[in-house]
Amino acid sequence: MEIVFSIAVGVLGGCGVWLLLRPRTFQVVMGLSLLSYAVNLFIFSMGSLSIDAEPIVVPGLAPDLMHYTDPIPQALVLTAIVISFAMTALFLVVMLAARGLTGTDHVDGREDAP
Amino acid sequence: MTAWIAAAMPHLVVAPVVLPLIAAAVMLGLGDDRRAARTFVNVVACVAGLAIAVALFVWADGGGAGGATAVYLPANWPVPYGIVLVADRLAALMLVLTGVLGLTSVLYATARWHRAGVHFHPLFQLQLMGLNGAFLTGDLFNLFVFFEVMLAASYGLLLHGSGGARVRSGLHYIAINLIASSLLLIGIAMLYGVTGTLNLADMAQKLAAVPLADRGLLHAGVAILAVAFLAKAAVWPLGFWLAPAYAAASAPAAALFVIMTKVGVYAIIRLSTLFFSGDGVMEALGADALVGGGLVTLALGVFAMLATQRLVRLAGASVAVSSGTLIAAAGFGSPSITAGALYYLVSSTFAVSALYLLVELCEREHDVDTDQPEPEEAQARLPFALESLELPQGVNLDDERRVLVGRALPATVVFLGLSYIGCALVVAGLPPLSGFMGKVAMLSAALDPAGLGAAVRPTPRIAVWVFFALLVFSGLVATLALSREGIQQFWHARERRPPRLRIVECVAVAVPLLACVAMAVGADRAMRFATDTARALHRPTLYVEAVVTARPVPPPRRGGAR
Repeated sequence: MEIVFSIAVGVLGGCGVWLLLRPRTFQVVMGLSLLSYAVNLFIFSMGSLSIDAEPIVVPGLAPDLMHYTDPIPQALVLTAIVISFAMTALFLVVMLAARGLTGTDHVDGREDAP
Repeated sequence: MTAWIAAAMPHLVVAPVVLPLIAAAVMLGLGDDRRAARTFVNVVACVAGLAIAVALFVWADGGGAGGATAVYLPANWPVPYGIVLVADRLAALMLVLTGVLGLTSVLYATARWHRAGVHFHPLFQLQLMGLNGAFLTGDLFNLFVFFEVMLAASYGLLLHGSGGARVRSGLHYIAINLIASSLLLIGIAMLYGVTGTLNLADMAQKLAAVPLADRGLLHAGVAILAVAFLAKAAVWPLGFWLAPAYAAASAPAAALFVIMTKVGVYAIIRLSTLFFSGDGVMEALGADALVGGGLVTLALGVFAMLATQRLVRLAGASVAVSSGTLIAAAGFGSPSITAGALYYLVSSTFAVSALYLLVELCEREHDVDTDQPEPEEAQARLPFALESLELPQGVNLDDERRVLVGRALPATVVFLGLSYIGCALVVAGLPPLSGFMGKVAMLSAALDPAGLGAAVRPTPRIAVWVFFALLVFSGLVATLALSREGIQQFWHARERRPPRLRIVECVAVAVPLLACVAMAVGADRAMRFATDTARALHRPTLYVEAVVTARPVPPPRRGGAR
């Protein structure tokens, strides 16, 4: 489980970083999205991965992390998802404005010198 | 007045966050076509915010040498679980700084800039809310949230007025900040994974008990967190976004943005003193990296000052110089250097903010288009060469090219010139203004850690000598660069009318500079405050105690009034 999870985070993060370094704005947006997915999964894993653990307190079960999943990372991930979603939407708007104003989708607003 | 503050006290801590939020909501409700009402609300909210910040400042400074620390539990949850807001001397100082800059920027904007686009005023208040929250919060994840509030508003403010240059540099600025935010999240998650808490004070207590096997993870988490903050503080090599973004922003937005780099510096100072000045287990993790990064930033900022051809880029380079100085000073980890750094932080922030406003006033008449060509295109002319030696008409010379003595300078030119000299003195660190005092305080503390009269002087490290040399050298270079630009700007014969200024614009430029003068005149009190603040920072037991012992308010008993 940990191996699969780490590979997933690593692949998402690696693809995200690679796309971020590309010269087209759309690739940068995709890279930022993939990177934020990787980060969200990473935060989620920091509460230690557990299978089949109760999320909500059940009567008769001692309330500790042996028996329950850690609720804090879930709350953090929820906040982080909302924020990164909003920021990506904003970035898209700016990207479209830049496309309209400069006439190119290069991140520098002009094509490379030939 | 002290009694009033004490009566309002626990709740006054949350006011710097709530007030801008309410003001922004009211302004959004008013709609964009009622600009006068929006302006009124914004100015009133800024004045009230400054008053609250000053009240908190007075209160935090009132509790003896250790200062008073106010803790507020916004959701009334017990301490390690809920969010806490903490107001101590450093937080109150940063709040006052934000309040002053916010007020001057909004006054400046009311003259003309707020008409350049929609929603300037609500965005401005939301930006203030993010800044104030970041300074007040005592919770790591909440710090991230306030960072995002601040950044989201700053994206809007940067694009205010639109135009190709703003959108192009805004794209880079947003991308860089999104990546930095991802790093911040990774760092926060790692620290949570190791310590199991997000509360800063609680975390500071638990760090010493982290088992050896987890130390590597902890160090990696702290390092990633520091990278995120250093990117906000524009430290090399993470600071290339700064100069173009701030140069493209409208003047009042840029003047407010100056404090955003200081948020990164604040976070570095706060976290490093809280985490690593305890029992010596984690002494000075990464301090050398901070010193090195700060020194390189300082050096590159100095060269950028020399290389630049535009006044607004010069202001950006002085932001980098200021950041580099502060980060290096924070890395030395000595209370007396931190005290000098805090003094320098306040004065340099005021001066650079005033400089950004001044640049726009100076360049208004002959340089109005914001869509300037990129610097490499603009450098088709010879560097530093005057356009021609032909004197245009209307210059202050008579037919035989002798200077006309007795022709009065227009008042606006006199004001601009004097303000420019004031900015230059503070940025370059020349006497008699406050930039000089800050540099002297840092340098003497770096060379004489035990104080001036100490019998035994330890030999300073090499880094200290480099710091010394660079700081002095940066003063020289800043003097050169600023006087060169000043000559071009004020003494260069040009066919142009003197710029027309409004009173509010002059006030907005004058207030930060007068604050620098006041800091120089009252330097003993300001330094006493900075020293007390730095001592409390480097011995954070009071802060930790105050947070950990905070108790939620008991719920009201039902039917108690029966």
